[in-house]
Amino acid sequence: MKRDWLLIAGALLCVAPAGAARDAERGEQLHARCLACHALAYDRVGPRHCGLFGRVAGSVPDFAYSIAMKNSKITWNDETLDRFLAAPRKMVPGTSMTYDGVADPRERADLIAYLKRADGSTECIQ
Amino acid sequence: MSSFLQIPNPIVARRMFLGQSGLVLSAAAVALLAGNEALAARTGAADASDVQILNTALGAELEAIAAYQLGAESKLLQKPVLDLALTFQGHHKEHADVLARTVEKFGGKPVGAKAKYNFPVAQLKAQEDVLRFAAQLEQGAVSAYLGAVPLFGNRDLAKAAASILGDEAMHWAVLRQALGQVPVPSAFVS
Repeated sequence: MKRDWLLIAGALLCVAPAGAARDAERGEQLHARCLACHALAYDRVGPRHCGLFGRVAGSVPDFAYSIAMKNSKITWNDETLDRFLAAPRKMVPGTSMTYDGVADPRERADLIAYLKRADGSTECIQ
Repeated sequence: MSSFLQIPNPIVARRMFLGQSGLVLSAAAVALLAGNEALAARTGAADASDVQILNTALGAELEAIAAYQLGAESKLLQKPVLDLALTFQGHHKEHADVLARTVEKFGGKPVGAKAKYNFPVAQLKAQEDVLRFAAQLEQGAVSAYLGAVPLFGNRDLAKAAASILGDEAMHWAVLRQALGQVPVPSAFVS
């Protein structure tokens, strides 16, 4: 009986990550929402997304950040991006990213997965 | 119904396009934002946060104007698509103008146009590429305004931003149509 439970638990462990897997393809579609202000490889109204992971917020050279973002001391990673995307102006009051946020955690996860994949793409490496 | 894109005479095509899509911004919508003296007179009706939202929108509008200028000067756009692009650029100019005036009315300093914008010029090799690029910008603009509307402390400004959102959504739909895509892909924008 105990062995059966272990097998079931093992099966669930195998299934659960797949079910919760981030969908970079869907994230790419969601990224279309960002395209009024952002591009992957170059700065626009917002800074470029290439090189985002591990980058200190407010540190892209020559980009005119808000003082709030420059002083935020955030390093962008899965966790900080998730919090920021959920409610940018709650996490960084005064940010120029005047956007209400992405409420759905799954959508945020997919978007982050896409940004991570894009970071290694030819467009970003060039 | 025939498409305005199939009309050889650009003036007739433009009239047909405007008539079909109702793309002329109403004076009332513009007045909502900058021309409404009662709104402007309300001291404290908009706070620094609202001014920042308006300025971010203004920055995006100025970039859109530059993007359409790039398209217009690319020699890749044929009439009546060229006229269409210039019409949309005109709308963005109107948006930028009222946004800048409103920022000033609320005591802020409107952002100016950049000396140089980065656009994916190397990827624009045909009319379809320009249309696709413009459609991406318009889709993004719809999302940006949708994300900005709930942030306004001043409900009149939120209403005015929603009016601009509607205009950007029409641009996006028409550009999708011109690209041979389903013009309105879903019941909601996001």
